[in-house]
Order: sequence, then structure tokens, then C-alpha cells
Amino acid sequence: MDKIPILRMGAFLLVTIQVDLYDRLALNLEADLVQMVNKTNAKGVLIDISAVSIVDSFMGRIIGNIASMSKILDAETVVVGMQPAVAITLIELGLPLKGVHTALDMEKGMNLLKSMIDETEEDADEDQTADDLIAE
Amino acid sequence: MILSLNKDTIQILKEQDVVFLKNRVKETAVKIKMGLVNQTRLLTACSELVRNMMRYADGGVCIVEVVSSGRNNGVRLTFSDRGPGIPDIAAAMRDGFSTGKSLGLGLPGSKRLVNEFDIKSKVGEGTVVTILKWANG
Repeated sequence: MDKIPILRMGAFLLVTIQVDLYDRLALNLEADLVQMVNKTNAKGVLIDISAVSIVDSFMGRIIGNIASMSKILDAETVVVGMQPAVAITLIELGLPLKGVHTALDMEKGMNLLKSMIDETEEDADEDQTADDLIAE
Repeated sequence: MILSLNKDTIQILKEQDVVFLKNRVKETAVKIKMGLVNQTRLLTACSELVRNMMRYADGGVCIVEVVSSGRNNGVRLTFSDRGPGIPDIAAAMRDGFSTGKSLGLGLPGSKRLVNEFDIKSKVGEGTVVTILKWANG
């Protein structure tokens, strides 16, 4: 049985999809990834699809699912490296992948994740100070 | 006048057959020098339709053809199954309509991705979907 490796890097999980996905493989990835987010307390998930030549409605739905599931486990998802032909096809198909963050390449995706996580932490800090002030 | 030049029949019964079919379609599209974006459109449509066939009819047959009209070449795919058939084709062709638990983009989305799209279905007998994508167009 094929399996897509999920690598951990600090607070992030990295997934590089190197093969064309078939349905079973995509469903397994969805389950594995959500498990891993829970197990490792990851704050961000980076999915590299630069080697994927086709994303159909099923695959698009899985990507959307991964993003929403991670979101309720308090992790952000960024999809990087989408091929231009895939982007054209997705829009024509009618699947705009709303709610999924994207970046052009791994580096930009990493920066986007970092900035998103910093922001949420800053918000938390601000809430903290506000609470402290009220307490005083 | 559309001429059929090359015809291949592929049985689709299990998930491995789907991979084989996609590879064959890809090869065929490359052979007639279809551009990358059109290849992706054709393969995505193929992927949607073959999934429908697997999900609703437990498989079927796909015919892969190279067709020619004047100076234009294209790939025609015919998906036929002996599944339950579609009672209301107009509804099935609407965005967001699905009797399964999917997004309901398969049929209308595929239609937008190809040049010609034809669907015939009889309840209790099966469904035939034919799509055609020209190399340039």
C-alpha cells in the first residue's frame, strides 16, 4: 500500500505529494494528516502539490477538508506549488478552493505560515494584556 | 465530418484500471500534440467521469479514440456503464446537484472542460457519456 510521508519540522508538518493521487491514497492522507496534527500539536500544515498534474473535484474536496479539519484543530494549512494548468482547470471546473491558503512555492508558503502563526500569537498576547489591565 | 482514426477499449472494474486509463489518455493526448492546459482539462474531465462510473455503476467500459476533422485532431472518450441510469439528466447537469455525498461538480464541470459533451441515460439500463477535446481549442 502506498503512503504519502508526512514530515515534521518544528511546529509545522510538511507533505510533498510526488505521485498522482488516486482516491484511496487521498483519503488515507486526509486521515493520517489530521491524526498527525493532533499528535504533534502542529500549528501549520504545508502541502506541496507541484508534482500533481491533475486535481479533480474529489481531490479538491480532500484539500478543502484537510484545511477545515486542521483549522478546527488550531492549525493553518497552506497549499504550495500548484501548476498553472491545474489552477485553470480548477476554476473552470467550478472549484475555487475557498478557505484554502496558497503560495507559489515552499519558501513563500513557509513565510505565510509563520506570519499567520505570529499573528494569532500576538492576538493572544494582546488579549492577555487586556485581561491583566482589567484585573488591575 | 469527424473521422475516427484509432480506437482502444479499456475495461474499468477496479481502481488500478483508472490509473491505467488516465495514463492511456495522457499518452494519446501527447501523441496528437495537445497542449498542456488542454491535456489537464481532458484528464480532469476523464477523472470525474470515470469516478462517476465507479461509484454509481461499479465500473464500465471506456473507449479512447483519436479523431480528426479537417486539420484538427482530438481525443474522444466514451464512457458506458450498465448502472442504474440517471432519472433526471437536467438536474444532474446542474452545479451542486448530487445524489451521492459529493460536490455535484463532476458532470457540469466536465462539460465546461471539454469541447463536446453528450450524455444519454436510461433508468435501469445504464449511462453513456461522450466527451471530445480538440488538440487546439
